[in-house]
Amino acid sequence: MTSLPSVAPPKKLGLVIDLDVCVGCHACVVSCKEWNTGGYGAALSDQEPYGKDVSGTFLNRIHTFEVVPEGGQVVGEAGDARIVHFPKSCLHCDDAPCVTVCPTGASYKRQADGIVLVDEDKCIGCGLCAWACPYGAREMDLAAGVMKKCTLCVDRIYNETLKEVDRVPSCVRTCPANARHFGDFADPQSNVSIMVAARGGIDLMPEQGTRPVNKYLPPRPRKPLADIAPLAEHSDGAKGFFAWLDGVLDRI
Amino acid sequence: MHPAASIIVFTTLSGLGYGLAAMLGLGLLDPAAIATKIAHVLALALISAGLLSSTLHLGNPQRAWRAFSQWRSSWLSREGVLAVAGLPVLTFNAAASIFRDAYVPAMGVLAVLFCIVTVCCTAMIYASLRSVQAWNTRLTPACFLAFSLSGGALLALLFSGVPATWPALATVVMLALAWGLKWSWWGRLDSLKALSTPESATGLGDIGRVRLFERPHMNGNYLTREMGYSVARKHAWKLRIIALLAGGVAPAALVLLSLAVGGWPVIALTGLACASHLLGVLTERWLFFAEARHAVMNYYGA
Repeated sequence: MTSLPSVAPPKKLGLVIDLDVCVGCHACVVSCKEWNTGGYGAALSDQEPYGKDVSGTFLNRIHTFEVVPEGGQVVGEAGDARIVHFPKSCLHCDDAPCVTVCPTGASYKRQADGIVLVDEDKCIGCGLCAWACPYGAREMDLAAGVMKKCTLCVDRIYNETLKEVDRVPSCVRTCPANARHFGDFADPQSNVSIMVAARGGIDLMPEQGTRPVNKYLPPRPRKPLADIAPLAEHSDGAKGFFAWLDGVLDRI
Repeated sequence: MHPAASIIVFTTLSGLGYGLAAMLGLGLLDPAAIATKIAHVLALALISAGLLSSTLHLGNPQRAWRAFSQWRSSWLSREGVLAVAGLPVLTFNAAASIFRDAYVPAMGVLAVLFCIVTVCCTAMIYASLRSVQAWNTRLTPACFLAFSLSGGALLALLFSGVPATWPALATVVMLALAWGLKWSWWGRLDSLKALSTPESATGLGDIGRVRLFERPHMNGNYLTREMGYSVARKHAWKLRIIALLAGGVAPAALVLLSLAVGGWPVIALTGLACASHLLGVLTERWLFFAEARHAVMNYYGA
């Protein structure tokens, strides 16, 4: 059914993504594509993979943003602007608009753990769920004609044939910087809940009313460039030894 | 949003078809007249062509029947259910006119209800999406319904044959109402403050102004192709004027002219009015998609 679970799922599985740590290496993108092209549902096809206009289906993509503080200097590479690498996959929203718009019942949110999935045998490929998602978490597979999305590696996390350390989503397992974390947000003592509380984890686009489960940890604050200027233009205001040295150097 | 031809044709043709079927359902046309019989067939043909066209953009159209199952939550499913449920009613009315020269008031009124509710469901598919702010307003179903009924009224005028004053004037009023609603829809769009911004989309607004530095991939993807369409503002304005002139002003003027002229040229003038209206509504529907910005574009610097 494409109605959302009537009672809140007892588990809320999802990801914490640490924007302070992500280095934008795209390892999670590759690992996600590799795992999910051979796992749950249809393969993640590429169109013209060796041609001029290559494109394909991905469940996880890294965008890179530049953030400039109010009144911040932008001086080439040494300015106040900072680069934030931004991994984006399905946020497994509590009020998932992609689920309720689905006309066939293919799109659903699991009552047990809140994971949002697509039953590809029911999907007609109308694309309305991708329109309803403000985050761009869903991409139509052009070869299979069905909607693909992050499954939170549902075929890994409960898979007892894998070693326990591997029973996390592929992107989490592969991240060399440890920027991605998997856990249960319904449990206030879980690793992800503690991280979110400690670092002030945030929702993306809360104004869309989707109540996303995945949380993002904002980059830690930086000192303004002016406070840490490595080479001053003037020596005004120097005191003590530095004032004496300033005078000596001026006289030479 | 990408203006997909199949959806533009679907919403326009099925809208016109339902409008005409609603006028026929009101029993405004003589059920024994040959023109009325043709009108019944045309209404069914427009609706069916629209529905078939809508399946063209599906990835797996052979499973389209599944779309009737989720009417509890999905406007798209509701539309499908009502379209199919209404078809026997419309077919009954058509058969009554074609084979029996009869109009059955109860079935006629039922047909009108089906037509109105189905068109509203089509519009709600778009109006219910918060991710597309331009569409997310009650004005969207109002516009769809007004275009459907005014287009249907024009077609009914064409098939009524005999020039009559009050139906012609009523049609002009409906056209004015439809384009008045659309004008306020555009006004709302122009004055919109973006609900979501790159700052809220990334959650980085507390640090400062956010700008896309590097896209996730070298080329486009499904999202940029499907939702990345944008139309130059100066062209959008010209197209709005073209839509208004072709879809509203010209048909109204032609209908009024036909009243003044009288006699058989009326058919030609009303036919021209219908053609012009179709062109105008197709332009309006193209803009409906092309001018709408999807929230996901906050991640793509557009």
